[in-house]
Amino acid sequence: MNTALKVLKADDFASDQDIRWCPGCGDYSILAQMKKVLPEIGIPPEQTVFISGIGCSSRFPYYVNTYGVHSIHGRAPAVATGLKLARPDLSVWVITGDGDSLSIGGNHFIHLLRRNVDLNIILFNNRIYGLTKGQYSPTSVEGQITKSTPMGVVDHPLNPISVAIGAEATFIARSVDSNIKHLASVLKRAAEHPGTSFVEVYQNCNVFNDGAFSYAQDKATRDDATVELEHGKPMIFGKDKDKGIRLNGFTLEVVNLADGNVKEDDLLFHDEKADPALVYLLSRMRHPQFPEPIGVFRNVVHETFEDAVRGQIDQAVQQRGPGDLQKLFNSGDTWTVKA
Amino acid sequence: MSTQASSTIDKPVEFVSGITVRLVGDSGDGMQLLGQQLTNTSALLGNDVATFPDFPAEIRAPRGTRAGVSGFQVQFASHEVHTPGDTLDALVAMNPAALVTNLADLVKGGLLIVNDDSFEEKDLKLAKLNTSPLEDPSMEKYRLIKVSMTRLTKEAVTEFGLSTKEADRCKNFFAMGLVYWLYGRNMDATLRFIHGKFSGGKSAIAAANEKALRAGWAYGETIEALGQSYNVEPAKLTPGTYRNIMGNQALAWGLLAAAQRSGKELFYASYPITPASDILHELARYKNFGVCTFQAEDEIAAVCSAIGASYGGQMGVTTSSGPGIALKAEAMGLALMLELPLLVIDVQRGGPSTGLPTKTEQADLLQVMFGRNGEAPLPVLAARSPGDCFDIVQDAWMIATQLMIPVVVLSDGYIANGAEPWRIPDVTKLTEFKVEHPQENNNPDGPFKPYLRNELLARPWAIPGTPGLMHRVGGIEKEDGSGNISYDPENHQKMVHIRAQKVANAAKLLPPQDVHGPDSGDLLVLSWGGTYGACLTAVERAQSAGKRVALAHLRYLNPFPSNLGDILARYKKILIPELNMGQLRMLIRSRYLVDAIGYNKIKGKPFTVSELYEKIIEQTK
Ligand SMILES: Cc1ncc(C[n+]2csc(CCOP(=O)(O)OP(=O)(O)O)c2C)c(N)n1
Ligand code: SF4
Ligand SMILES: [Mg+2]
Repeated sequence: MNTALKVLKADDFASDQDIRWCPGCGDYSILAQMKKVLPEIGIPPEQTVFISGIGCSSRFPYYVNTYGVHSIHGRAPAVATGLKLARPDLSVWVITGDGDSLSIGGNHFIHLLRRNVDLNIILFNNRIYGLTKGQYSPTSVEGQITKSTPMGVVDHPLNPISVAIGAEATFIARSVDSNIKHLASVLKRAAEHPGTSFVEVYQNCNVFNDGAFSYAQDKATRDDATVELEHGKPMIFGKDKDKGIRLNGFTLEVVNLADGNVKEDDLLFHDEKADPALVYLLSRMRHPQFPEPIGVFRNVVHETFEDAVRGQIDQAVQQRGPGDLQKLFNSGDTWTVKA
Repeated sequence: MSTQASSTIDKPVEFVSGITVRLVGDSGDGMQLLGQQLTNTSALLGNDVATFPDFPAEIRAPRGTRAGVSGFQVQFASHEVHTPGDTLDALVAMNPAALVTNLADLVKGGLLIVNDDSFEEKDLKLAKLNTSPLEDPSMEKYRLIKVSMTRLTKEAVTEFGLSTKEADRCKNFFAMGLVYWLYGRNMDATLRFIHGKFSGGKSAIAAANEKALRAGWAYGETIEALGQSYNVEPAKLTPGTYRNIMGNQALAWGLLAAAQRSGKELFYASYPITPASDILHELARYKNFGVCTFQAEDEIAAVCSAIGASYGGQMGVTTSSGPGIALKAEAMGLALMLELPLLVIDVQRGGPSTGLPTKTEQADLLQVMFGRNGEAPLPVLAARSPGDCFDIVQDAWMIATQLMIPVVVLSDGYIANGAEPWRIPDVTKLTEFKVEHPQENNNPDGPFKPYLRNELLARPWAIPGTPGLMHRVGGIEKEDGSGNISYDPENHQKMVHIRAQKVANAAKLLPPQDVHGPDSGDLLVLSWGGTYGACLTAVERAQSAGKRVALAHLRYLNPFPSNLGDILARYKKILIPELNMGQLRMLIRSRYLVDAIGYNKIKGKPFTVSELYEKIIEQTK
């Protein structure tokens, strides 16, 4: 036993590469929280792998001193799935953008979630294509003016959390780049979850889509514009904790707690193990009609993909014995030609 | 219950050196099964065999139509054979559509056996015929045997109480029995197959099929129209223990062997596509070999997951056909930049686009050579026969791991589904190829250098989990040595050259090209891939006719063997037959500046020996 286990610090996870994001970009904050959380998780850098696609956000692996693959646009979930099947012992993180995961990589994204590969996927949602300099993305809002939509976006956006629950992801969470305490705690919980942990992070691209999430970021507005999900607790929000969320039939509604007509017990109590239908309802809460939920939407435990796959391999070895090439080649009908 | 060929009591047996039979019927008639059984049985009798299954892309094309015709051709002989045969000694046709679409290949005087019960008005209509081809005066050219197979089978199996449909399904075994009698084929292996396949609750079906098989045999013995049977002596093959093997199966087994030789676990990812899917089916059965098979959501995910596995220290392998290889192109470029071992196997089919999914072609050579963005050369190897698939993937695996590079292997529909006798190797004699993962930092002055190279220019295969060797790889150009992102112009030029030189270095790991025939002469036939058998047979025939012709069959297409230029210079003419528009010819011309002549066919069918032979004769006049 190695008794002198080194206590890891954030610096142990810093690489020697210059960071090339624009000054003020929300990516910095996410990187900082990741470097803070990694030592707390306690997995050494050599057991950790970051895999990304292409985009500003996908430069992330170069900036952490772990193993890493900066792959191709949209395909990081597939690379990570292969790595996890080959090496279930590794702690794997997938870093992706809204275009990377929901546009070009939409297919791999949903399949990763439904398979429940044990890894963490962090979607840096800035509602824009950053690296290609400002075209609209699948999460851009209707009417958004971008370089490729001078008259406004006409397509209807994808809601990443709704997509994730549609694929029945076992861990679904959302956080905000500037809300660093919250972000750190969500990242940590994602790391703890066995199975695919999906985290959407609202990330400000101050160059091409500045302020897209200001309602959720600014101290002045964020308490009214977001509601923090806490398992087993009623959904209460607002600067003065005077508003709540109630389930009325099959719809959610905002209720006022101040006037005394509604009691806390009438509110929706958040349940991370709730039916996917309820998680879906939460994912539909959009600013400004609703406060947008942040925190862990769902956290249930299912068998992981690699356990199931490896389990079949073990079972095959148990039932048939380890493979014997000579026996295989000689199986079935053979004949001998004499000299 | 052994059935000897000699049980043909009264009728004489004529021994011939080889027979080519084609069995044709509806895709639901079980012709492929019949063909496989005949092949297996003939191989067990010691004949050399070569096969050509030919089936429609539709699973169940409309019954009785020409589009739904499925066929299986086999040549079995007492000498070595490398092709399924150009023309047919016998044709067994289960319906009019099958008859009219195949009759042209039957030799004059050849045996034509038909299921007489399926030549009724409605059958003719389905085949778009006004009159029965059996009434046609041209039938006189053949020895026509009309057999009421449907009726005779039904009568034979009444005791088993099967439904009409089930009873009808037994008729292919009746046909098989008749063919077995005709060529003195022992029924034992097929009986074992029947009882293995229809066991448990299906034992009535097994018994009925056995009865149908025996009834077919008995029919041959008794009817007057067949005055004799034939037989073929065993071939004098190299001593050893043999089995029958199909290309895709050999390929899968080659991967298992390579895994063992290199001490690496096989990670295999694929997305189903004809004609490559059988590799996935085959490998999925061998989990007890430690094989991890992954059916991905598409071809891109398949290749990317294989890259991920290779990064983790397993051997990533992906297979597909032309359309899927097109999808993998970008990721193949990534693997080349990451300098990771990877196998990309293309079982070619007729193209472009969906093309002819179940037919064969060699038209992906330029795609795998050049179908990537940037300067992105990769080693390309091609199997020449079903059995060679076993060897070629091991060569590819060796190159990939020794050079840290993705390697492309080409097969094709013809060899993937074709079968031949295969001498079973002695597993204890398979040599090891060493694969190592570094444990120590190679840079005394700083962080590990993932792109520091050995004498072959291979970088170290450092894998996650190794303390102190943390490094990041990616598709962006990187500085040689450190692997850090680099946009430096000089570095880019250097890296492009290094990646090209790595491919060239593969030639150092491979044997030189051999030539079949005289060292120099009037004509060199230069071929590659699944055309080997036909080219070899045609060249040998021309040699017997006194021509100064040789064959060089390429298994390594990139890089070309180091002695190929010298070989080309020693012949007056170079003929390159290909099932494409001249793709190897383009490569040879540009590389060696020789005025090679093409012989090109794109019909979704393999070459016949006689068309190649005629071309050789024409060029050597
Ligand atoms: C196959 C391919 N197509 C297009 C591109 C160009 N491209 C690079 S990043 C990107 C979009 C990135 O947007 P997103 O995923 O949201 O990441 P962000 O830069 O916003 O972090 C595009 C279109 C590419 N690199 N590869
Ligand atoms: S373009 Fe936007 S997302 Fe990209 S680095 Fe700059 S601020 Fe960040
Ligand atoms: Mg983006």
